[in-house]
Order: sequence, then structure tokens, then C-alpha cells
Amino acid sequence: MKLSKVVELTKGEYLCRQKNDPDIICCMASDMMSDVLAFAEAGSLLITGLTNSQSVRTADIADISGIIYIRGKKPDEQTVELAGELSITLISTELGMFETCGILSAEGLRGVC
Amino acid sequence: MGDEVLYQKVFPVTGGDFDKAGEVSTQIKAILKGSGIDSTVIRRVAIASFEAEMNVVIHADEGEVDFILTPSDICLVVSDRGPGIEDIELAMQEGWSTASDDMREMGFGAGMGLPNIKKSCDAFEIESEVGKGTTLHMVINHNRHQP
Repeated sequence: MKLSKVVELTKGEYLCRQKNDPDIICCMASDMMSDVLAFAEAGSLLITGLTNSQSVRTADIADISGIIYIRGKKPDEQTVELAGELSITLISTELGMFETCGILSAEGLRGVC
Repeated sequence: MGDEVLYQKVFPVTGGDFDKAGEVSTQIKAILKGSGIDSTVIRRVAIASFEAEMNVVIHADEGEVDFILTPSDICLVVSDRGPGIEDIELAMQEGWSTASDDMREMGFGAGMGLPNIKKSCDAFEIESEVGKGTTLHMVINHNRHQP
């Protein structure tokens, strides 16, 4: 599924958009970054409520294509700038974690473990 | 090791500086990206480096990451001046952590750091002295198939 489709399905808003529109095969939903580092596959989408700069650092380190922040959460300007530098797409959705995961799962995306 | 050193750089890490936490590992990843090394190997190095760097930021006063590239291996030696680890065997168990609630709110302290590092490396050793600090030795082979 294209990342742009994820935005459409979750009625999301781009906070930081890259030129490419990567294919997302699987998702990892977690607020614990070490769990993300341990289990997320390269090219995953990270669904999280953690908006600090470490969410973006973790995405960069683990080769994650994009982050979707739930419940309307948005990182600060500095973190959005960092995502731009590291070429990571950031999205914010008003939906909660459960609803976000449910919608994406019903549309065929799979979890990582 | 006995290998020729192709590249070496020492990066300082400041304990408690969460704004800059992760910068060193981002830099190491960028250096390796330009080297032609396989991306799955680079990802393993980056994860090991990032977890070790975060451990210094979370637990120690200060530390450093010594990054060494040889024709066969990537070596990371991460040493800190900090509280040290009382029981290394316990610290290696998944889910065990001494991180504070504040750290957990920042997304760390799941007790996966050291197990993640071990999983990412081909060779891994810890030395620690309580009240003095901890040194991690990590080696990842880059010129052969993954283990």
C-alpha cells in the first residue's frame, strides 16, 4: 500500500512529506523505541503516540519509511525539521492507536510480529 | 583483530542530553552508507550503536563511541563514566531495566537495549565496574554473509 493511501484511509495530515511515495508492507505500533528497533522491518510504517525527536531518530536508524502520530499529536518544529533532513515522512491522524491499526489491518497491511 | 584500520573516529556522548541523543549513530550510519557496505549490515550497526548511545545518555555522565572500520569488520567501542552495571546477567534479560519513569515516557527503558545490541552483533562483550562505568565492545562483520 502506498503511503499516500495510508494518509487517505486515516484522514491524516502530512507534517513532513518526501518526494517519493513508498510502498508500505507492514506496520509496527509502539511507544517503546527499543521494541521498534528490535522488531520493526526495514520499510515499515511506525504508528506511535511518542512525538519527541527520538521517534524520528529511531525511524532513521531502523530504516522506517514513515511515522503516523495518533490522536492528533504533532511533534515540535525541531523534530519535523530533523525528519526532513533524514527523509522521513511524518503524518498526524486524529484517530487513536486502536482505530488506526484496525483500519490499516482491514485494508491488508500486516504487523511485524 | 589484526586488520588494517580503514577509518576511525571517536565521537563524544553527553549524559542526559536528550536533544542530541542519537546524533552519533545517525553520523555513523551516514558514513557507512557511502562505503558500499550492504544496507542490512549498516542497519545492524546503526541499531547497536543507537542503543549503546542511548544507554550512555540515559544512565551515564559522559561517554564516547569509538568507531573503527577494517576490511572485514565494523567495531564499536562505547565506554562511559557512570554508575556501572551491578548484575550484567540480569541486565541482559529482555524486559529488565533500571531506567526511570521519565525515560520510559521518552520511549526508552523497555529493557530491550542490551539484548538488541547482542542480537545485532557478531561479537559482543561488556565490562562494567559499579561506580565507575561500562564499556561495550561490539563487532559486526561486513564482508561475509549474515550469521
